[in-house]
Amino acid sequence: MTLFLQLLVNGVIVGALYGVVAMSFVLIYKASRIVNFAQGEFLLIGAWTCWWLLTSWHLPFWIGFPITLVFMLVFGVILQVVVLRPMIGEPIISVIMVTIGLSIVFQAAMKWMFGVFAKPFPPIFASPTTNLFGLEVQTVYVVSLGISILIMAGFGWFFKYSRTGLAMRATAFDQQVAQSLGISVRRMFAMSWAISAMVSAVAGVTVGVVNGVSSALSIFGIKVFPAVILGGLDSVIGAVLGGLIVGVLENVAQYVDSQWLNWGNMYEIAPFYVLIAILMIKPYGLFGTKDIERV
Amino acid sequence: MANVSIIPSGDFKTSYGTDTTIFPTTTSRNFAILGVILLLACPAFMDRFWLNMLIQIGYLGIAALGLNILVGFTGQISIGHSAFFGFGAFASAWLNNRWGVPVALAIPLAGVVTTGVGLLFGMPAARLKGLYLAIATLAAQYILQDFFARADWFTGGTNGTIAEALTIFGFSFDTDERYFYVVLVAMVVMYILATNLMRTRDGRALVAVRDHYLSAEIMGINLTKYRTMSFGISAFYAGIGGALYAHYLQFVSVEGFTILFSIQFLGMIIIGGLGSIMGTLMGTAFMVFLPEAMQALTKLVSGTAIDTALNLKDNIAFLREMSIGLVIILFLVFEPDGLAHRWKQIKAYWKLYPFSH
Repeated sequence: MTLFLQLLVNGVIVGALYGVVAMSFVLIYKASRIVNFAQGEFLLIGAWTCWWLLTSWHLPFWIGFPITLVFMLVFGVILQVVVLRPMIGEPIISVIMVTIGLSIVFQAAMKWMFGVFAKPFPPIFASPTTNLFGLEVQTVYVVSLGISILIMAGFGWFFKYSRTGLAMRATAFDQQVAQSLGISVRRMFAMSWAISAMVSAVAGVTVGVVNGVSSALSIFGIKVFPAVILGGLDSVIGAVLGGLIVGVLENVAQYVDSQWLNWGNMYEIAPFYVLIAILMIKPYGLFGTKDIERV
Repeated sequence: MANVSIIPSGDFKTSYGTDTTIFPTTTSRNFAILGVILLLACPAFMDRFWLNMLIQIGYLGIAALGLNILVGFTGQISIGHSAFFGFGAFASAWLNNRWGVPVALAIPLAGVVTTGVGLLFGMPAARLKGLYLAIATLAAQYILQDFFARADWFTGGTNGTIAEALTIFGFSFDTDERYFYVVLVAMVVMYILATNLMRTRDGRALVAVRDHYLSAEIMGINLTKYRTMSFGISAFYAGIGGALYAHYLQFVSVEGFTILFSIQFLGMIIIGGLGSIMGTLMGTAFMVFLPEAMQALTKLVSGTAIDTALNLKDNIAFLREMSIGLVIILFLVFEPDGLAHRWKQIKAYWKLYPFSH
């Protein structure tokens, strides 16, 4: 039972991270209708940048981390302006393939620069584990859960109360109307990519601190799909919830598997079975907008 | 996209028959026949390296053509093609090893079995389109990959499986020179089949589904049927390609059929030209020669400052991977219609030279 509880807690923590990544994925999709297959590489790039700053330049974490975020911000804008902007109005297959191409390029480049082996972060917290309601949980996990909640709250505030957030929502709702109201749609696109890259980098650094940085991080970019499909492609709340469910589901699947089924590898594969099932039953997810087509 | 070609003025088609011939002109037909005859002579003077390349283009080209029928002609996106390719490879080896089906029969049977699997995963395709379908096929890719790693009875698990060489009436096609003809025949047959498919009612229905599926439905085209059918056809081609691959290498390992391989297939048809049958072949050739070109490029700069700075020798694998991604992006940004389109423009240029206006 303790094992089960432990798995559940792990699931929630990892799920919260999935939620954060899914949220930044949905942000891009909502704003610019681009499905970003390179989301996982954002995590990877962010984590490697931070790792590099911390180990090669021996910067303390509280300096290295903000620099990483600024870098990701600039990176996101440049990526949108240089690569994605020419793709506006192209058929969906082209846009998807461009982001897939980007993901391959980034992944290979990261392997090239930093090697294929996982590299640990320098220790950031004094004690590696803490006691949470009688369960041994890694400190980083607790902090990551806190960070995830903070980011989600930040998102909520940003879209609800800030002027830019409102402009972004307007752009997502209807680009033409937004433009006629004086909103720079181009800037909103660039901004959504920048924020998305930045938030993903936070998640990347968090995972990197826990597991070490390696190209395995980019699997988050794939795991994001079950989460967003479950929640609905264009719903931020759905993304968070989907992420949580996928995180818990993975761990439960692994538990069930190790206890009774012994199929192996359920941790990796279970979300994809769920993904197919959802697409068959309820393709627009829990909170997604139904596509109603009129002729 | 598919039918843009410069036709000399005054050349009017007066019947549907002349408008839908396999080759647009007699010259192009003669050139195609000449090309096949030249290829028939290839093993006589080519060394193993080039034969190997051509054989690769052959079986990958068949699988890529299947993907092009799905993506280019029907407008459905699949990111799981290599899983079907792999399934065909394993199915053929399994049919031969476990049930003693002769290889010559196992290859088409593998295609049929793969079609079944394709239809199974194509079931969501009946309801989904575009983006959602892409994600569903992504899941199919991971599920099938997991299945390969786990199903020892089918794939031999981590050991992989042995596929026997193709033997017809005691004549074994076990060398590159001999196998080349097998692949060539299969390729010509499959390409003619695809071209003919596009000339039929069903083929036109597929294109109609791509161009405007609502209009297509209003015109009485059964969307579910044609979407699923296109998925099945694509899986069939992938299965045949995979089976040819298995009996060429005579060994299939479970590791090869990754998502990167699927993306390479997509790259082939994008580079070649979506919705172009000959373009598929061009794109496949491009994709097969790309790693070799990278290798040659590395050799060219070896010893120079660039080489030492980037440590190219140890990182050639990453360079290749990167080049695949880069080529896909560059083609999409600068030449979205692919090599087939460029080829047509070149032809048109010379046809009207020097008075192009």
